Amino acid sequence: MPWASKAPGATTPATSEPAFVRWLLIGTALLFLAIFLFLPLGVVFSTALGDGVRMYLQTFHDPDTIAAIRLTLLAAGFAVPLNMVFGIAAAWAIGKFDFAGKSLLITLIDLPFSVSPVVSGLIYVLLFGLQGLLGPWLIAHNIRIIFAVPGIVLATIFVTFPFVARELLPMVQGQGNDEEEAALTLGASGWQTFFRVTLPNVKWALIYGVILCNARAMGEFGAVSVVSGHIRGLTDTMPLHIEVLYNDYQFVPAFAVASLLALLALLTLVVKGAVEWKSQEPGSRVASEREMDT
Amino acid sequence: MSISVRGIAKNFGRFQALKNVDLEIPAGQLVALLGPSGSGKTTLLRIIAGLEFADSGAVEFGGKDMTGRSARERHVGFVFQHYALFRHMTVFENIAFGLRVRARPFRPSKEQIRAKVHELLGLIQLQNQAGRYPSQLSGGQRQRVALARALAVEPSVLLLDEPFGALDAKVRQELRRWLRHLHDEVHITSVFVTHDQEEALELADLVAVMNEGRIKQVGSPDEVYNRPASSFVYNFLGNVNLFHGRVQEGKTYIHDQGTGQAIFVRPHLLEITRQPNGGNHFRAVTKHINAAGPLVKVEALTDWGAIVRVELSQAQFRALQLAKDEVVFITPREAAVFDKDLRRNS
Repeated sequence: MPWASKAPGATTPATSEPAFVRWLLIGTALLFLAIFLFLPLGVVFSTALGDGVRMYLQTFHDPDTIAAIRLTLLAAGFAVPLNMVFGIAAAWAIGKFDFAGKSLLITLIDLPFSVSPVVSGLIYVLLFGLQGLLGPWLIAHNIRIIFAVPGIVLATIFVTFPFVARELLPMVQGQGNDEEEAALTLGASGWQTFFRVTLPNVKWALIYGVILCNARAMGEFGAVSVVSGHIRGLTDTMPLHIEVLYNDYQFVPAFAVASLLALLALLTLVVKGAVEWKSQEPGSRVASEREMDT
Repeated sequence: MSISVRGIAKNFGRFQALKNVDLEIPAGQLVALLGPSGSGKTTLLRIIAGLEFADSGAVEFGGKDMTGRSARERHVGFVFQHYALFRHMTVFENIAFGLRVRARPFRPSKEQIRAKVHELLGLIQLQNQAGRYPSQLSGGQRQRVALARALAVEPSVLLLDEPFGALDAKVRQELRRWLRHLHDEVHITSVFVTHDQEEALELADLVAVMNEGRIKQVGSPDEVYNRPASSFVYNFLGNVNLFHGRVQEGKTYIHDQGTGQAIFVRPHLLEITRQPNGGNHFRAVTKHINAAGPLVKVEALTDWGAIVRVELSQAQFRALQLAKDEVVFITPREAAVFDKDLRRNS
C-alpha cells in the first residue's frame, strides 16, 4: 500500500494519542483519585492515630464501641447468609425457568438500589412503628422491632437484598441449561445437579456478590439510622456510632472506628482482587468463557 | 435395547414440532435422524431422552414403557451438540461424574471408578489429558470426552444431538469414522441427529428422513438414496435438477419448463455431449465451470432459461475440452419421477 509509508510513526497504533494528551489524561485521573480517595483515607488513619497508638486502641475498650461493632456483625451475620440463599434462589428461578411475572421479579430485586435508603428505613417505621400499620399489635404482644435490634437487621437485609442476585443472574442466564441436562441424563438428582454442577459454575460470582453484600451490610447508614433510634450501646451500629462520636467532638474515637470500616473496605478490595485473579484460572468461568468464544 | 416411538406429537406454542411420529429402532443399530433445521429431529431425540415430554404418544425401551419417566430414570447416554462438559471439572472428573452420583449401594468403589475412567480414556485416546479442563481441549477432544462421559454409565441407549455439528470438516470425518468403529465394538443402540445427508448415509445402519415434524422415510442408506419414497427425500439426499417432461419406454424426454410431469435428475446422471445423440437430449449453453475437486461441476443455461447442474469426471471433462459459453447437448441417463408430484403437476 503506497500510503502506508506516509503515515507518521508506523509503529504506533492508529488510535494512540500524542504523548502530552496521554499524560494529561493519566495525570487528571491520578489527581482525582488522590483528592477523592487517597487523601480522605489518609486523613481517617492520621486522625485516628493522631494521639498515638494507645489512645487509638483505647477506643476499642469502650463498651459502647464494642456494642456497636457487635451489632454491626450481627446485622451482617443475618443479612449476608439470608441474601445469599435468596440471591441463589432468585437467580436460579429467573435464569433456568420461564414463568409469568419474571420481569416483575427482576424489577423488584432492583428496588432497594433505586429507593433512597432513608425511604427504605421509613417503610419499616411506617409498618412496625408505634403509629404504624402493625404497631398496635406488636405492642400488645410486647414485640419491639423499631428502635431495636430486629429493625436494624431488617433494614440491613432490605438494602443489601440485590447484591448476590444481581451478580449471579447474568452468569446463570449466560450458561444455559446444557450442563444441568447432561447431569440429569447421567443420573444425578436435582440436589446433586445443583451442588455439583450449578453452584460450582457460579462460585466466583457468588463469592463476589457476598463480598459486596457484606461490605454494604456493615457500612449501611441511611436506612439503619431511621429505624435505630440511636440508643447508645444498644441500637448503634458502627456507622451510627461514628456519627454520634463525631457530633460529640470525640474525633480520635470517631476516626478510630471509621478506620476499622475503612480497613474492612480495603480488605474487601483485596479479597475482590484475589477472587478476580483466581477466577482467571483454567476450569473457572472466565477462562472457559474466553475459550468458548474462539 | 430397541426403541419404539408411537404416535408422538409435540407443540411449542402454536408451532407443531412433531406430528404423530412413529419409529421403530431395532436393538444394536446406529440410526440417523436426518432432516433440515426445524424438521423436529432434535425434539424427537430429546423426547426419547426424556429431556422433553411429548403432548401425546408413547416411548418404549425394549418393550418397557418410558413415556412418563424422567431423563434420570431412562438411563440414556446423551451427547450434546455443544458438548455440555462440566467446565469446572477435569476430563477425569467429567467422565467419572455419572458413577459418582449414584446412590451408595450402586456406586462403584474409588478404584473401580478410576479403572473405568482410564479404560474409557483409552477408548477415546486421551489418556494423557485426564487432568485437563474442557477449556484446554480442542473441539474434537471435547466431543470425545462428552462421549466417554455418556458411555461411563453404561447406558441402555446412546443419543447424540448433531455430534459433529460444531467441528471443522477434517475432524468431523475422523470422528465419524471413529464413532462407526466404536459402535461396531460396543453395539449399543444409538440414535444421532444430523442435517448432513453425507454424514447420515456414511455412518448409519438406518436413516430416518424427517421434514416438517414427520418422518418421511425410514430405510438403509442404500434404500433411501436409491429408492427415495418422495421428491422431498430425493431432493434432500443430494443435489438435483428439476425438469418437466415425460418418461417413455425408459427414456426421459424433457420439454420446456412447466409442462408435463416433474422429473428429477441428479447432476452426475446427466451426460454432456458436443453433438446431438438420440432423441431425448436438450440444448444448453455452458455458463460456469468449476474443475476443482474430484468431479467437474458445470452450470449450463437451457433454451427455456433454466440453469442445469451437471457433474462429470475429470477424464470426461478433459476429453470434451469444455469451455464457457459453448453450446452442448445434455441427455438424462436416469431420472426419478414421483406419482405424488405427477398428481400435483398435471
